[in-house]
Amino acid sequence: MTNPVQTLTKSVTVNDNPFMKPVEWLSLFLLAGVILVVLPLMLDGFRLNLVGKYLTYAFVALGLVICWGYAGILSLGQGVFFGLGGYGMAMYLKLEASSIENTKIQSTPGIPDFMDWNQITALPWFWQPFKSLPLTIVLAVAVPVLFAMLISFAMFKRRVGGTYFAIITQAIAAILTILIVGQQGYTGGINGITDLRTLHGWDIRTDSAKFILYFVNGGLLIACILAAQYVKKSKLGRILVAMRDKEDRVRFSGYSVAGFKVFAFCFAAGLAAIGGAMFTLQVGFMSPSFVGIVPSIEMVIYAAVGGRLSLFGAVWGTLLVNWAKTSFSESFPDLWLFGLGALFIAVVLAFPNGLAGIWREHIEPRLTRRAKSLQAPEPAIVPPHGAPAE
Amino acid sequence: MNAAILPSPVVGAEAAPPDYLLAVEALTVSFDGFKAVNDVSFYVDPDEIRVIIGPNGAGKTTVLDLICGRTKASAGSIKYKGQELTKLSESAIVQAGVGRKFQTPSIYDDLTVFENLEISFPRGRSVFGALTFKRDAEVRDRIHAIAETIFLKDQLKERAEFLSHGQKQWLEIGMLLIQDPELLMLDEPVAGMSVGERIKTAELLNQIIKGRSVLVIEHDMKFVEDIAHRVTVLHQGKVLSEGSMDRVKNDPKVIEVYLGH
Repeated sequence: MTNPVQTLTKSVTVNDNPFMKPVEWLSLFLLAGVILVVLPLMLDGFRLNLVGKYLTYAFVALGLVICWGYAGILSLGQGVFFGLGGYGMAMYLKLEASSIENTKIQSTPGIPDFMDWNQITALPWFWQPFKSLPLTIVLAVAVPVLFAMLISFAMFKRRVGGTYFAIITQAIAAILTILIVGQQGYTGGINGITDLRTLHGWDIRTDSAKFILYFVNGGLLIACILAAQYVKKSKLGRILVAMRDKEDRVRFSGYSVAGFKVFAFCFAAGLAAIGGAMFTLQVGFMSPSFVGIVPSIEMVIYAAVGGRLSLFGAVWGTLLVNWAKTSFSESFPDLWLFGLGALFIAVVLAFPNGLAGIWREHIEPRLTRRAKSLQAPEPAIVPPHGAPAE
Repeated sequence: MNAAILPSPVVGAEAAPPDYLLAVEALTVSFDGFKAVNDVSFYVDPDEIRVIIGPNGAGKTTVLDLICGRTKASAGSIKYKGQELTKLSESAIVQAGVGRKFQTPSIYDDLTVFENLEISFPRGRSVFGALTFKRDAEVRDRIHAIAETIFLKDQLKERAEFLSHGQKQWLEIGMLLIQDPELLMLDEPVAGMSVGERIKTAELLNQIIKGRSVLVIEHDMKFVEDIAHRVTVLHQGKVLSEGSMDRVKNDPKVIEVYLGH
């Protein structure tokens, strides 16, 4: 510590690739502060639960930042993974709500009510694992990720990409919706899986449970931001950027491009699934209306508005669009879709990097300029090297 | 743990080591019936510098594309150190030790010079390897050393997009250098450069071709004469002539189709 020059050069070499830059730490604390402190203090239970619901979409938007923003893989089918995660959790909750005691008026007690209405007399095999909570938690993420792996491996191995990939993901979203709606006896059909009550005996419908789930959700979101930050910051993150730019060239740097794309897509699917499971817990039901094309595209808009290259931007974008959606559609329900469309066009035309882009290009430079002008006289005050300050 | 990462010793090492580093035999590729490369055979020795020349459309770049796996051969074989390359993916060919520089500078615009070089560093090439890759002293030192060689040590933190055309070419050469291939393929390395850049590049190439085999496509005859051990002349997808520069230069067939005008 005696030679200031030495410490300076040392800190430069050590910190040339920090996990997060100071401004990113600041953004994280700001976001965590708003989600975990400010909003719970400001909002009543109903509104807080609403924010909790919005934040489950933020998981999807985070995944899209990695998958779309970084890797350049546009998926218009994130609702599939959100839905699969949500359905996994809903199946567990539904089975718990369908105890023999609760369903004794049914012709087959002990199975979910909609199965009974559809003349199904035994629990289907794929519902069996969802009797166990640990297994449900694993499957709610593993099933969507494996499904994503299957889709993306099949396509990326054959070098299908770009628009074709986006269209196929959209088709899958449509197919899954139709499948869920059509197989009413196994899935609850268009109504989805409703009337969910307890999680391992803990009533999730009470205000206190909702309050706790909000914080669990917020904490998970912060953890997922850190995980995404790790991916973004790793060499893998830079390979994704390189791939987005020159896919062919990456092959000649010795990387198997398909593997990296599959990873990015599966990572996004995993995050979406966590969001879906948390959605079911907080909102208390799951239905095909969160699986199809429209919600999938809305999720892309959240990421686009927030900024597809910014993890924090994606969360803010999700909150903002959903807040606008709620307040707008409360007064003008018919106009909301036009508003959403206009927003998307505005983002694409006027600010392609979303809110985060506006921050980075217009606000941050001004702040740093101001900070510099404040700091400028400082070096003169600092005593020359080696002076014993204390 | 370490044993799994290190390349395993070659199984069946008792077999005689291949004489040639690269053996291209009866290589043919046809695009909708048009044979861009037709029954081409040539052999490259270890440490040899081979230049491929020929008029436009002779199939020079296609031969490189075939070797590095970008184009799949219709028939024939390409053996690199006894290993058949025609069935491997592009990345597996790179990992086997074949590096390629493209005709137009092919670098990652959105990344810095440092990151461009880092991506080419031959470690952590699997998905999980890349996820857990550490930018340690070895990586840093190597990148700094190479940046010095390619005249870009002051540009390490700059985005590659903002480099000049010549600097981009150097960066790509640096990316190959850090990859440390045993067989280096260069497609017109001095094309489109200013005179000053050309001289510096020739000097750079002379430095990096030591200790490896090099396959070069070049039109600049002065440059070819300077570096080539042997020359292969392609014409309409076929080998027209092969041998030392002197021999090739005096071959009447070559003079007729290529050097004559």
